[in-house]
Amino acid sequence: MPTTPGAIEDFASQEYKYGFVSDIDAVAIPKGLSEDVVRMISSIKEEPEWLLEWRLKAYRHWLTMDSPVWPNVSYPTIDFQDIIYYSAPKPKIVLNSLDEVDPEMLIVFEKLGISLDEQKRLSGVAVDAVFDSVSVATTFKDKLAEMGIIFCSFSEAVKEHPELVKEYLGSVVPYSDNFFAALNSAVFSDGSFCYIPKGVRCPMELSTYFRINAKDTGQFERTLLIADEAATVSYLEGCTAPMRDENQLHAAVVELVAMKDATIKYSTVQNWYPGDKDGKGGIYNFVTKRGKCDGDNSKITWTQVETGSAITWKYPSCILKGDNSVGEFYSVALTNHKQQADTGTKMIHIGKNTRSTIVSKGISAGNGQNTYRGLVRINAGAEGARNYSQCDSLLIGDRCGAHTFPYIDVRNPSAQVEHEASTSKIGEDQIFYCNQRGISTEDAVNMIVNGFCKEVFRELPMEFAVEAQKLLGVSLEGSVG
Amino acid sequence: MSMLEIKNLHARVESKEILKGINLTVNKGEVHAIMGLNGSGKSTLANVLSGKDDYTVTEGEILFEGNDLLDMDPEERARAGVFMAFQYPVELPGVNNTYFLKAAANAIRKERGEEQLDAMDFMKLVREKLKVLEIGEDLLKREVNVGFSGGEKKRNEIFQMAVLNPSLAILDETDSGLDIDALRAVGHGVTKLRSADRAIVVITHYQRLLNYIEPDIVHVMMDGKIVRSGDKSLALQLENEGYAWLEEEVRSGLVTA
Repeated sequence: MPTTPGAIEDFASQEYKYGFVSDIDAVAIPKGLSEDVVRMISSIKEEPEWLLEWRLKAYRHWLTMDSPVWPNVSYPTIDFQDIIYYSAPKPKIVLNSLDEVDPEMLIVFEKLGISLDEQKRLSGVAVDAVFDSVSVATTFKDKLAEMGIIFCSFSEAVKEHPELVKEYLGSVVPYSDNFFAALNSAVFSDGSFCYIPKGVRCPMELSTYFRINAKDTGQFERTLLIADEAATVSYLEGCTAPMRDENQLHAAVVELVAMKDATIKYSTVQNWYPGDKDGKGGIYNFVTKRGKCDGDNSKITWTQVETGSAITWKYPSCILKGDNSVGEFYSVALTNHKQQADTGTKMIHIGKNTRSTIVSKGISAGNGQNTYRGLVRINAGAEGARNYSQCDSLLIGDRCGAHTFPYIDVRNPSAQVEHEASTSKIGEDQIFYCNQRGISTEDAVNMIVNGFCKEVFRELPMEFAVEAQKLLGVSLEGSVG
Repeated sequence: MSMLEIKNLHARVESKEILKGINLTVNKGEVHAIMGLNGSGKSTLANVLSGKDDYTVTEGEILFEGNDLLDMDPEERARAGVFMAFQYPVELPGVNNTYFLKAAANAIRKERGEEQLDAMDFMKLVREKLKVLEIGEDLLKREVNVGFSGGEKKRNEIFQMAVLNPSLAILDETDSGLDIDALRAVGHGVTKLRSADRAIVVITHYQRLLNYIEPDIVHVMMDGKIVRSGDKSLALQLENEGYAWLEEEVRSGLVTA
């Protein structure tokens, strides 16, 4: 009789759908890192002296640090002298419209299904496209400018709004924060800058698409987002990367600042190249993301769907400084094949009556290893602080792993901290139940996985949620035999 | 052509032979009851029919509408019109009941070359069936079987059967764990789903479900075989006198299958 041998076994096989390399000419500086390289990057970008000094301080501090060994991941030692720290598409005259963008680049965006043109015409999403470290097109700028919203590349912000950059750069993630943040601070190439003025509700989802392209080029993005008093903004970040063999380092820094009564929603769908079935290639995603609820009643929500990268090392965190401020973290992390993820959050309660919510959903398939690591700290002055954490793990097959490391540090007796955790397995009986109703095994797995992630997906903007569901489907394709 | 024809079926779980030569023919419009003590092989028969893994057929064949059922995957059988109401319906956390059922209905329709139902059409169909079965609409908003009572789970199975409209429905111990009200509700529901185009096989330990679903033919299974077939009076006799007398007859070779 027909059987579905080990129906849940052997999640594997799908080739990375977005794997291709486009051949736009890249301008690169030689491999390796030194003070000279830092100076060169700064000078190519025509940066002011204070920024160069900041980079150099970061670089010198980085020299004193060691790569962290505490994450629950393993990878060969990275040779930081074997990385190219800057590459940019051939310099062009300043662009006024998409027509001036390299047609080759537009084709790349087409392949990704995110043609700027289309975005501009149809979706009402303003896109600041970061292509190989330099922003090449910014849309909807005029409309946003009318409202006083600044949304531009980081380099542009350094030139046009140096006072804002100077005030907030490193104010949430200091260059000395950790090894990879220090590295980023020294050599960051470009990124996005966003400022929402007082009382302004940003009328559209702001979105950046990242893409690693030039060979051997580490990508060091820097994002700085400031929501002034009573401002509201929703920011989307999504990425795909081309297939290649060498491991690629991606060490971004994202800083969010929310003033009094401000709300920031930061959503990420991360789909970097995860490596092949045997774990060869793939991106190392070592990211520092942190938001500061600086003013009273402010709120920061991190929502992430992490399906890509060979290794993910990422803890989007909230510093709840203002009284009554709210921090939220909703995460889906999927590891298949030989992927490793060590991800979670930190909620640091400083102000009174601060509240935080953590919902983490880890899915492990193949030989994937998935770790949740989170810290909830209630400082002595955080009277009436509350936290709720929920960490669920879903296992598919019997060769993968799920790990949970929750740290709870409470220094105020009025605090309420709750932690719930569960681990479950997609059962053969669940699959069979679906099969018996006519639903294929693949659809059944998707359905069960999406059901598992429901609480996170409903935090995503609608179109992103649809994309995320598709992405999970693609990432798990062929994984049930 | 019969809807279901089982010929000399032998099946095992791991190395243990459970079914030892089942012969059974079920025609359109008929309701068959298969009774028997625990361990007689009733549920194994249901599982083999629905294509569950872990069972190996070693001999015999099963024809469904003339096709080799054993050659089909579980989902192919479902799409061809075989429905099983589970003894223990599984929970699918986070999966909405309506969404699940729509995916199932459309998978079946797709196989048959029928148009996919959109949300509007589907809701119309679903509400119709709820009404027939006298089930409240809150069922639609819930997650598949999550937090359901025993009775709710079984009624949900019957509701799914109503929506998916199978040509052969196998009810595996649908009465187990039900109180008398739930039993009546489920029994009446199934009776409403009787039709000239549909065959129903009711697998049960007790006669009581058959008070609500009146069978055309009753079979008794013992030790992997059907040892007696008769009309509904056979079920009543078992209810009144237990299985011992039949076991005795089987032992002494007085079997009339």
